[in-house]
Amino acid sequence: MIFGAILAGGVGSRMHIADMPKQFLPLGDKPIILHTLEKFLLCSRLDAVYVGVHPKWMLHMQDLIEKHLPDRKADIHLVAGGGDRNDTIFHIVEQIEKDFGEDESHIIVTHDSVRPFVTLRIIEDNIDAALRCGACDTVVGATDTIVVSEDGRLISEIPERGKMYQGQTPQSFRICLLKKLYASLTDEEKAILTDACKICVVRDTPVELVQGEVSNLKITTVSDYKIAQAMVGGTALD
Amino acid sequence: MINYVYQLVSPRSFSVKYQEVGFESGVVVRPEYMAVCHADQRYFTGQRDAKVLRKKLPMALIHECCGRVVSDRTGTFRPGQSVVLIPNVPPAVDDGIIYENYAKGSRFLSSGSDGFMREFVELPPDRVVPYTGVRPQVAAITEFVSVGVHAAGRFDLAAHKRREAIGIWGDGSLAYTVACVLSRTFPESRIVVVGKSPQKLDLFTFVDRTYLADSLPADFQVDHAFECAGGEGSYYAIDDMIRTINPQGTIMLMGVSENKVAINTRDVLEKGLTLVGCSRSGRRDFERAVSLMEQPDFANRLQSIIYEDAPVRSVDDIYRVFATDLNTPFKTAFRWDL
Repeated sequence: MIFGAILAGGVGSRMHIADMPKQFLPLGDKPIILHTLEKFLLCSRLDAVYVGVHPKWMLHMQDLIEKHLPDRKADIHLVAGGGDRNDTIFHIVEQIEKDFGEDESHIIVTHDSVRPFVTLRIIEDNIDAALRCGACDTVVGATDTIVVSEDGRLISEIPERGKMYQGQTPQSFRICLLKKLYASLTDEEKAILTDACKICVVRDTPVELVQGEVSNLKITTVSDYKIAQAMVGGTALD
Repeated sequence: MINYVYQLVSPRSFSVKYQEVGFESGVVVRPEYMAVCHADQRYFTGQRDAKVLRKKLPMALIHECCGRVVSDRTGTFRPGQSVVLIPNVPPAVDDGIIYENYAKGSRFLSSGSDGFMREFVELPPDRVVPYTGVRPQVAAITEFVSVGVHAAGRFDLAAHKRREAIGIWGDGSLAYTVACVLSRTFPESRIVVVGKSPQKLDLFTFVDRTYLADSLPADFQVDHAFECAGGEGSYYAIDDMIRTINPQGTIMLMGVSENKVAINTRDVLEKGLTLVGCSRSGRRDFERAVSLMEQPDFANRLQSIIYEDAPVRSVDDIYRVFATDLNTPFKTAFRWDL
């Protein structure tokens, strides 16, 4: 089976717009997270969609679903998020296995709740790549030159731009593969490896690239939020 | 949800509109296959009048499309069901006299409103027609077939009953499709096609006879005629038709022309001819078109005028299918993966 996993475990708002986590800020007529969730619900290849939410915000999320998506309640599963991104993913994995049992063929499509501009094409390409390769990451080619600095003062390397990509989400995995790799990590490694694709890479497991979209932006800063508002033709709320 | 709408903003230039949509009342369809119409191509290449372009753009193109239902809050369709989409949006009240496609206040998606080049399309349930057993690349041109069906229906009501020979002027996709529909609808009639390109006419294997327009025999005559030439060819086609048609014949005008066409009204009057303008189609025509296409012979025949281009997965691919279509003699269909 194939599962969507929308990651909304964060509480911190780096945006100082409100005390609300950014995924709950409005974009047009409704909160950002609902736009993301609705796109996942329209992907007919997903058997169920899980949303990992910080325990403090579970009730709020439940209310939103009740209000905006009452007829899709059965397809949406809320899970309490963990301390970090991978923790939230594994809370969701645990719940999936409780609800549907363990299976070698289960696929999970993990996605940032604050990327509401994801397209069906990207989600479906993720599913195909995860089925084919076991793991995949959504990327766009880097447009700016990437500069590496070991000490934050001097350039240590300028890699060839043609080989540089910017990571987006979704990131998708065969669940059994992700569990196996995560179990092999030490606590120290777990603390550093906050990106699930990186877990695969450090364990020499192939991760396929899926073409993202520049428009699939992550709304993390005030300017991102303003850009997103402008993209849907709304007015920016300060 | 944020829906991606791929709009033509000016000739040969597309841009994405991110449209916030509720999808709360209608049938939500994921487009699966689309086909390019000459009308789309006229917008893409900028052949329409500058004033028209200024008024209508930006706008998503394409009105020939089939897809799959992803959700339907009206409960009319089930998710996964294969459907074709009707681009005509009739006014709220049907007066029972005027066809929906000519009614005042009716709109058309891809002429004034966004067409089907969107990630998802939401339509009222009466603008969606289910189909089964047709390959989606063929189902994509259902709208095109329904235009032929509509013309055949109007012809049946308007034309007198002597229908021994029906002539079709034109050798493109429209002529081919009209020929398919007429040979099914009026099997007793002799269907003849008058065209300009011997290669294209070679495809019309199922009609009774084809003729080159510049070598029509002196005794050539038809009881009724369908004009499927359009553009610059309209003048010559209509002139030929008026000259060779028998008295009180009916001429169905179907080809679009940007310029005004001079018509030999002296002979129209003398022969007592009826000229009927025909464009677009309505739900009934779609239903009849689907029932024709569900007959394998009919669908297979249409297959031979469809060139399937590679799937569209990016905005660049949209440019590519329009370029391909300019270089293919008949219809261009493509999978929509965007």
